[in-house]
Amino acid sequence: MSDESIKKFLYMNRKAPYGTIYALEALEVVLIGAAFDQDVSLAFVDDGVFQLTEGQNTDGIGVKNFSPAFRALGDYDVNKLYVEKESLEARGLAESDLMELVWEDEDEDWAEKPSIKIVSRDELKVLMGDQDVIMSF
Amino acid sequence: MKIGVVINEGPYTHQASDSAYQFTKAALAKGHEITRVFFYHDGVNNGTRLTVPPQDDRNIQKNWTALQKEHGLDLVLCIAAAQRRGILDASEAKRQGKDADNVAEGFRISGLGQLIEAGIQSDRLVTFGD
Repeated sequence: MSDESIKKFLYMNRKAPYGTIYALEALEVVLIGAAFDQDVSLAFVDDGVFQLTEGQNTDGIGVKNFSPAFRALGDYDVNKLYVEKESLEARGLAESDLMELVWEDEDEDWAEKPSIKIVSRDELKVLMGDQDVIMSF
Repeated sequence: MKIGVVINEGPYTHQASDSAYQFTKAALAKGHEITRVFFYHDGVNNGTRLTVPPQDDRNIQKNWTALQKEHGLDLVLCIAAAQRRGILDASEAKRQGKDADNVAEGFRISGLGQLIEAGIQSDRLVTFGD
C-alpha cells in the first residue's frame, strides 16, 4: 500500500465498557481496521476511561468481560492509546488504576513499551485536529 | 466531495437515521458523491423489511430503499452487528439454519472492513448517532 493511501484514524471511546454495547463494538472495529495498515490511534474520554481499568469483573451482570482483548492490540500494531487526564481525575482514577498495555518495538530488539499515554484535554484537541478520520463511539 | 455516512442508531427511537437520510439527500442534491452508507450498532435495524409504522408517519426503511434506487447508493449493514440483532439476508439465514430473512430491498450485509474502507476512500466520514 502506498503512503498516500495511509490515513490517520482516531477511534474516540467515550462510553463505559458495560451498560451499552458501544465500547465492545468499537473494539471490534479497531481489530478489523488493524488489517488495513492505517495509522491508528485510540482516545479514551469521559466514561470511556473505565474501559481500560484493571481488574474488570462482570460475573454479577452476566455479560462477557471483553477487557482482555485490549491486551491483544499491541500485537496488531495498535499501540497509541491516549487517555484524557481530566476524565480520569473527574472519576477519581489515576494511571495506576489502568491495565498495563504494552507493545513490542521491532526496531529496538522487541523491547516492550507502554501503549497508554495520559494526555491533557488540550493535547487531545491538537491530536484530534491532526486526524483524517475520527470514529466516535 | 466524497462523503461516507455512518448510522449508529435504530429507527424511530432515535433521530440519527432521519437526520442521515435528510443529510444524504441534501448532499446528493448539491452534487456530492456518497461513497457508502454504513449501518452499525442498532443502526442495522434500519434495514429490516418488516417494520410497519403508522400510515401517517414516515417509513424510514422505505425512504432509504427509495433513495438507494434513485441514486444507486451502497447501503451496508454490518454483519456482526446484524447477526446479534436478528437481521439476516437469505444466504445468511440459510447458513445459520434460520427459517426467515428480513433484509429490505436496496440494503446489503457485509463486514466492518466496509466501514474502514469508507473512511479511507471518502473525503469526509459523517457519523449520526449518540
